[in-house]
Amino acid sequence: MTQTLDQVFVIFKHWLLGYVPAPVHGIASAVLSILPVMIVFPLLFAITTLLERKGLGRIQNRLGPNRTGPMGLWQPLADGIKSLTKEDIVPFTADHMVHFLAPVLLVVAAFLAYAVLPVGRNMVLVNLNAGVLFFFAVGSVVELAVFMAGWSSRSKYSMLGAMRAIAQMISYEVPLVLASVVVIMQAGSLSTVDIVERQATYTGIFPHWYVFTPWGFLGFVLFMIAATAESNRSPFDLPEGESEIIAGYYIEYSGFKFALFFLGEYLGMFATSGIAITLFLGGWSAPLSVLTSIPSWAWFFLKLLTLICIFIWVRGTLPRLRMDQLMNFAWEFILPMALFNMIVAGLWHFMHPGAVRWFVCAFLILVPMVVLSALLKRKKKLQLRTYSFAE
Amino acid sequence: MSISFLIIAVLIVGGTAAAMSLRNPIHCVLTLSITFAGIAALFLQLGAEFVGLTQIMVYVGAVAILAVFAIMMTQSRRGLMLGTFSRNALVGLLTAVAVFSVLGWAVLSQPAAGVTRAVSPVSVQQIGSSLMHEYVLPLELIGLLLTAALIGAIVIAMDRKEDAE
Repeated sequence: MTQTLDQVFVIFKHWLLGYVPAPVHGIASAVLSILPVMIVFPLLFAITTLLERKGLGRIQNRLGPNRTGPMGLWQPLADGIKSLTKEDIVPFTADHMVHFLAPVLLVVAAFLAYAVLPVGRNMVLVNLNAGVLFFFAVGSVVELAVFMAGWSSRSKYSMLGAMRAIAQMISYEVPLVLASVVVIMQAGSLSTVDIVERQATYTGIFPHWYVFTPWGFLGFVLFMIAATAESNRSPFDLPEGESEIIAGYYIEYSGFKFALFFLGEYLGMFATSGIAITLFLGGWSAPLSVLTSIPSWAWFFLKLLTLICIFIWVRGTLPRLRMDQLMNFAWEFILPMALFNMIVAGLWHFMHPGAVRWFVCAFLILVPMVVLSALLKRKKKLQLRTYSFAE
Repeated sequence: MSISFLIIAVLIVGGTAAAMSLRNPIHCVLTLSITFAGIAALFLQLGAEFVGLTQIMVYVGAVAILAVFAIMMTQSRRGLMLGTFSRNALVGLLTAVAVFSVLGWAVLSQPAAGVTRAVSPVSVQQIGSSLMHEYVLPLELIGLLLTAALIGAIVIAMDRKEDAE
């Protein structure tokens, strides 16, 4: 019974495939695999927008959307209709072709990332030999889309926004990749399916998730920080800023194209969270061996929703950084820590399993972390802020 | 010749042709990145996953961005419109013919020209272990070269306040 429930979507797909004539079997199989991804994740996007507005409202001591339907539940639908019916304004001087293609490329790249994401046991679109590499390769295409959006609008604000966004993405792509290298080192594979399967084993009732090792925990934290910056979310949402560069690179977009940017950004966030789950949080595996009767896909989406809630929580509570603080943070703290983490992960691999290994590695991570932050703090020369015009 | 190969070939040739004939240099880079993506797809189709994905990561993700920024920062906002035909068309033609003939000669002089042989796909693990064992010296040398280039770039980009005073 649990087996059937776990594989219910796989069984359903094969049942549907039974009605398809043999010559188009390959195409039909691909379509049947891709369609759920194209439906589920945009649906998750709709739910997340509501969840985010409600959650932020709660954090900021207000109600959030509450006019459309019971408790504002139809808000995503209303937003969708609004963005569909709004006039699509293209600036007169804009480069029309590039202006049109930028949001399309962004969304296509965001969707492509889901190809290697295992959302459940036997539920991955393609089990690529170099799956993690594919994810980062597709993620790097987003930068080009951002540039196209900023440049083609022929607006100084969008150009500045695009340059900020690209500088931020390139800076944080390095720690993002380096933070995930430790997992690849330990798993000995670039395939996302293999990485999850390495973690889906249990000692007693506890799983072998990489987040429960010292280097895995540090890697996970660094990965999530870099992922926040990659997906342009607060506190790293520098490419947007109402008081300085307005909406950043998509300021000259309106109507459905704007919604596409919104969708692309959120899809990117889901995909990066999904990869974080795959690399560090054991993918679709259950957190305790006694809970394996709950289907694998339910665990994946539960973990994904938890990470989304953390993203919303962080957005509601932390103040945003300045541009130079953002860059310095990436190059002076995250990058050295990620590099050091790789050495610790190597050490972990060669030490005997046991409590000693755990404590030695944790110590080796904590000491440089404290030393590095103390050094950076001394450089900062913290003092009481003086205001020039507000005394 | 499969359909996917035809599509990829059209993308590569079309992208390159557009990159050569468009007037706006930014458009040229964008169409050139289509070519890069097409070449990556060709690698992927041949089973060379690592090379194909690295091609996308390096060329589309980094080189195209770099080229685009270089063009944008060295030119005015409107962008300098390049002429489609260079004044040195004859020299260009001669170079093209020379390169093409050398390439053609190299391809045709191969003993297995025209014969398709099945090559087992190389896994990332194999590439990694051969980089760490067989080719460790070249790898380190490339690392040294890149580090030197990186330091050089930082030195050039550093603002020299002492010099200005």
